[in-house]
Amino acid sequence: MISWAGLILVVLLLQNLMLLGTGRVRACIRIAAMQGAILSLLPILSSGGVPTLRETGIAAASAALKGIAFPWLLYRSLRGTGVRREGAPLLSYSASIVAGMAVLGIALWIASRAPLPGATASPLALPAALATMFTGMLLIVTRRTALMQLLGYIVLENGIFAFGFAMEIQAGLLVELGILIDAFLAVLVMGVAIFHIHRAYDAIDVGQLSALTDWDR
Amino acid sequence: MALLFVSIALLALSGVPSIVGRGRAPALIAAALAVAGASVGSIPAARALVSGESSSFSHAWQIPFASFSVGLDALSALFLIPIFLLTALSAVYGYSYLRGHGRDGAGASPFFFGILAASMAMVVIARNGMLFLISWEVMALSSFFLVTHDDASERVRRAGITYLVATHIGTAFLLALFALMAMRTGSMEFEQWRGAASLAPSAGALFLLALVGFGTKAGFMPMHVWLPEAHPAAPSHVSAVMSGVMIKTGIYGLMRMLSLWGAPAEWWGWTLIAVGAVSGVMGVLSALAQHELKALLAYHSVENIGIIALGLGLGLVGVSRGMPAVAALALGGALLHVINHAVFKGLLFLGAGAVIRAAGTGEIDRLGGLIKRMPRTAASFLVGSAAISGLPPLNGFVSEFLIYLAAFALLGAPGATVFSAMPGLAVIASLALIGGLAAACFAKAFGTIFLGEPRSDAASSSTEPPLAMRAPMTILAAGCIAIGLGAPLVPRMLAPAVNSFTAGAIDASALAGAVPILTMLVAASAALIAVAAAALIVRRRLLSGREVKRTVTWDCGYAAPTTRMQYTASSFAQPLTSAFGALLRVRSHAEGVDGLFPEKGSFSSHARDFSREDVFEPLFATVASWLARFRVIQHGNVHLYILYIAVALISLLAWSFGGR
Repeated sequence: MISWAGLILVVLLLQNLMLLGTGRVRACIRIAAMQGAILSLLPILSSGGVPTLRETGIAAASAALKGIAFPWLLYRSLRGTGVRREGAPLLSYSASIVAGMAVLGIALWIASRAPLPGATASPLALPAALATMFTGMLLIVTRRTALMQLLGYIVLENGIFAFGFAMEIQAGLLVELGILIDAFLAVLVMGVAIFHIHRAYDAIDVGQLSALTDWDR
Repeated sequence: MALLFVSIALLALSGVPSIVGRGRAPALIAAALAVAGASVGSIPAARALVSGESSSFSHAWQIPFASFSVGLDALSALFLIPIFLLTALSAVYGYSYLRGHGRDGAGASPFFFGILAASMAMVVIARNGMLFLISWEVMALSSFFLVTHDDASERVRRAGITYLVATHIGTAFLLALFALMAMRTGSMEFEQWRGAASLAPSAGALFLLALVGFGTKAGFMPMHVWLPEAHPAAPSHVSAVMSGVMIKTGIYGLMRMLSLWGAPAEWWGWTLIAVGAVSGVMGVLSALAQHELKALLAYHSVENIGIIALGLGLGLVGVSRGMPAVAALALGGALLHVINHAVFKGLLFLGAGAVIRAAGTGEIDRLGGLIKRMPRTAASFLVGSAAISGLPPLNGFVSEFLIYLAAFALLGAPGATVFSAMPGLAVIASLALIGGLAAACFAKAFGTIFLGEPRSDAASSSTEPPLAMRAPMTILAAGCIAIGLGAPLVPRMLAPAVNSFTAGAIDASALAGAVPILTMLVAASAALIAVAAAALIVRRRLLSGREVKRTVTWDCGYAAPTTRMQYTASSFAQPLTSAFGALLRVRSHAEGVDGLFPEKGSFSSHARDFSREDVFEPLFATVASWLARFRVIQHGNVHLYILYIAVALISLLAWSFGGR
């Protein structure tokens, strides 16, 4: 029988591939938000017994931030800039999916070699977490619009959350809360930055930032 | 210890009001807090200096290798006292000096001033390598922000970057030194480093690392390049603190390391004497060739650091040869010069600030005649000038005299040969040369600035600064005189610090041997003062009831004398600068006059700083052009930057797991 945790992790991996396979910004925001929200439930569902108040509180806060606050902020900057889809990514969507499979492979390999302190919550937890982090990095590196890069950071953060779960770090939830606040601030700051990039260049293609270089080629 | 913590906290926080509030009140509060902090801190410092008792405090800290270990002994106290004294006086002076400097003296400057003061105190009491380095870095950064206060000026920004680079080169050497020490002893605690000199053969390498690392901060000659840039750029009260006490933390660091290692090799002493002789002589010669008052003072800091290095080096020779009289006198002289230099250099920089504020320029050749317009500033400056030239009855004389005594004790030691007496001879020769040149240099500076006639309109309309700027100068001038006249008491005050430096390896009571001769000297000085006073009284008597006429200073029968007929600073120093031309390399440009009615002519001269213009600038240019090749990877493409990071992280991960 498949455990709840295993099911969620499989969904996580599928969502990674979906993120890599589409250029519609709106859809990507939605997928990333769902991914975050589902992940927030992971600790509660896997704990088996009745979750403590503290666990519930942190999970609820995390789910609210990732499922509601982030997408709301992102939709807002989307409206401000009028971008609908990623124009021409540095890596095409089909190639991105192949790359996504490749990083999944790397993640599985690393997870098989990683020295883990004791058993993990689920055999799939560590590779899924690593794959999610790598997916986030892929998004950051291969997408041109600043919004998609921002989504990449959020996915990266989801991966870190999953990693904390995989390692069953005892005080992990508290650490996670700290990271979450960092990510929240980052989203806020980058939202503002995106707005300014848009105003300055009439586009949110970060490639154009290289025009800011103070070094003459 | 508790009082010291209170003091450091007060100092560190003293500038906070000035960044929070606006207007003059916060700046005033900041100055008051700094004075309060310094006063509180000087109580335990004075107690430790006199009693020689040491106390310490240690607390675990989460930072790797670090612990919050601090200690207060006579050596720390000797450096703490000038730090507190100069900080308090400069804070008061700075409050007034920065007014009208745009933001009413509020803003970042008092804030960083407080941080600088606190970090200097922390450097001096830190007893853990990590804590020391952190304080050291805070000190470097806060002083960088103070130097660049006037950041609208191109020259100030350039000075700031020079300072930042220089100080971090020094810190790099210190990092290497501390890492080596930690590897050898397995600890970053200073207590665990005791006796590390026995770690031969690398003890010599440790000494050289310390010499370069701390010497960069102190301003030893090849590494002094930041001083003549940073001091003219910084506000004057900041220059006073930086030159008066901050560079001494370099001396402190070197002494602390030496005192921990114990048993110095004799060549360490020789090296320090060589460094001191070069710094001292070249420093004062370069000062002679300067046209800018604060650059001149900066080179004099190099000179005085050289004198301290001479004393320290001679002391090490004495310790390693087991000659208590030589060691105690030389070390005592070096330590006293640390205090003395803080007092008179602080005074001179504050005086320079008053001149610059009044006349709007520090170019010596645009000043003149200020003694009639700012008599009190002139009097304080004169005291400082005489003190720095090592003239009795002032404080500079006492410390240099102690070093002389040590050198003569070395020469007169039983069984002395020419070779064994060499360090003593070198010290005597360098000190004599330095003293004479310094007197010439200050005759030039004081004469050109304060005597004669004003060379510019700004100089002729200058006025005395407000009380908040005058009072600190007066106090420091009084300090110069007090230490000079209190010389017989000085050896007893210095003995605990010398003992704490040598950790009992030599008997510091040999210092007391200097008391009779110092007493005689003070008596002679007192007689001199009495004669001068009597002459003044006689003069006043003779002049009473007569008419006193005033006329122009330079009237040699010309029909229309102008102020440009005076000696300039460069023409006054020219005989000396050309005599030492081989060392100084003054470049001059002259456009001669010709014809019966010449229309124009010009002359300008510029002293090349050998290590800056012939060593560091070419070196940095080479490094920069080599590094420019790597600009290819800095292409401005954000995606690839992030890819670099991702690839680096993933390959590190794969490497660390794959390696198993």
